[in-house]
Amino acid sequence: MTRIALVLIGTLLAARALAGSQSCEVPDYVTHVDAPLTRVSAVVAKDHRLDILVLGTGSSALPGVEGARSAYPARLEAALAKRLPGAAVTVRTEVKTRRTTADMVNDLEKYLLDGKPTLVVWQTGTVDAIRGIDPDEFRAALEKGVAVLSAAGTDVILVNMQYSPRTDVMIAGGAYADNLRLVAQQHDLPLFDRLSAMKHWNETGAFDLSGPNTGHMAEKVHDCLGKLLAELIVNAAHLDRNHSKETR
Amino acid sequence: MPAVASERDLRLDLFRGLALWLIFLDHIPSNAVNWITLRNYGFSDAAEIFVFISGYTAAFVYGKTLRERGPVVAGARILKRAWQVYVAHIFIFVIFMAEVAYVTKSFDNPLYTEEMGAFDFMQQPGPALIQALLLKFKPTYMDILPLYVVLLLGFAPGIWLIVRAPSVALAASVVLYALSWRFEWNLPSYPSGYWFFNPLAWQMLFVFAAWCALGTEDRLRWLLRSRLVLALAIVYLVLAFGTTMTWHMPHLARLMPKPVAEVIYPIDKTNLDILRFMHFLALALVTVRLVPRDWPGLESPLLRPAIVCGQHSLEIFCLGVFLSFTGHFVLVEVSDRIWVQIAISAAGVGIMVGTAALMRWYRMIEGRRPGSRPPKPDASLAGGEA
Repeated sequence: MTRIALVLIGTLLAARALAGSQSCEVPDYVTHVDAPLTRVSAVVAKDHRLDILVLGTGSSALPGVEGARSAYPARLEAALAKRLPGAAVTVRTEVKTRRTTADMVNDLEKYLLDGKPTLVVWQTGTVDAIRGIDPDEFRAALEKGVAVLSAAGTDVILVNMQYSPRTDVMIAGGAYADNLRLVAQQHDLPLFDRLSAMKHWNETGAFDLSGPNTGHMAEKVHDCLGKLLAELIVNAAHLDRNHSKETR
Repeated sequence: MPAVASERDLRLDLFRGLALWLIFLDHIPSNAVNWITLRNYGFSDAAEIFVFISGYTAAFVYGKTLRERGPVVAGARILKRAWQVYVAHIFIFVIFMAEVAYVTKSFDNPLYTEEMGAFDFMQQPGPALIQALLLKFKPTYMDILPLYVVLLLGFAPGIWLIVRAPSVALAASVVLYALSWRFEWNLPSYPSGYWFFNPLAWQMLFVFAAWCALGTEDRLRWLLRSRLVLALAIVYLVLAFGTTMTWHMPHLARLMPKPVAEVIYPIDKTNLDILRFMHFLALALVTVRLVPRDWPGLESPLLRPAIVCGQHSLEIFCLGVFLSFTGHFVLVEVSDRIWVQIAISAAGVGIMVGTAALMRWYRMIEGRRPGSRPPKPDASLAGGEA
């Protein structure tokens, strides 16, 4: 009897430890999107390389000397390199804080001059929400940016805001998140739903996002974001299939 | 001149009370309980109910003042009400600033360096304060009262036309709405952008409500009785429900035909999208059919709490904004377990009801019982409190 009880307690403790361990687990729809990444598929299959540009604001970076290495763009590069051993993966960043979408669009052509990426991961919305930019202007700027990138022949993934429970009541992000989704839908672009992913982690207790940054939480969150983004790219560009076909 | 019903229409209090509860729940971000609120199941939400009922009661109360004492007295009383709403808004703003001051001092997570930029104004609170007094700087979720102030300011001179020629006033209001869409008119905000509730667009709902209140209901009777109209309203509500479901369940999103999505999105709250306005009309039409004025349930003790809240709407609205902040604060600082969310939501509604009951009691001991003054119905947020 006691043995059964001990086994039970042991199982429970193990289950608890598993549940408590860091997991990047998110609902399926975050990494399985309908929109394709045709350019990425073609270039990886043909040239065995993938050049990505992450265009974003403060939430695409982490502060400190180690910041650049632990932020999600670097984690994305590491995760993709692992997933696509046959391809040369580079991730370049153009990340600056306090830029609205319109600010980024103004610099867009300049960024495309120094080496045209195959894929642009465009994180935006936060600064627009903080500044209360007119959602219509926000959408117009997004559309313009997407048009410039499409004309340059790159694939685009849009990334929405972070889930930030502490500032939820002070920053109204809803209209901006809606517009990001809308533009993604209308132009058939994948949207990396960072907001839902982080909300999910906060709800399941994987990360306590309203708490202090204990145990390198920020780094772990970015590591998860990088992995999920890699997963999304592999899925949307069907790289798993292509890749296994080649190696076979 | 249209006759004014002497009995207080308890439905107005009931639905305004319910709207107050919904606004409170909706303004606690990531609260599981706000899944029950209206905005998740259709285009319009508690804001429309609130603006409509306030326009209706304002026209009812001040229309009577205008007939009895002339446009100057009616206008003066409306302006006094606008002033009260303004003062209430500034009071809520001060509470907000106190919370922000606390959060910025205690919060330090490298994940959210950028989000903390939202509090840059705390480094220079002076200009922000001036802009708040000018109603240009309005923190998130503090947009409804400024909308009210502006609507009442316009209503003070406008009531004359609304009472004399309701349909002309309504036509003018629709033209203003259309012009504000055509030329993208809106009031500016600080530090950038525009008002979240564009008064030039939302005034249409307010004036429409006033138009309904001033006896034009008789002209609408055929519409309210028509089975075809009812059927259309129900079909529209069902379609809107289906559309909102595709927002909540991403795997349903692909069911939304792209051409339709391109036409209807985005459904603009700022400028009172016509889809929202129609959704509110459909909802109101079905509600009026389901809940007639003499519905016995209105006397039931079960609905009493909502009705009492609706009878003190300005005070309870402000309390609700404060409670939303506090509730969110507790969720973030103490615990955001699901049972805490439910407890906070229930406690908030309980405090709102308790406060409203207390105010009712005060009024009673002062010998002014709301509802028992036959010719002078209290309109709370819309007016009344002379």
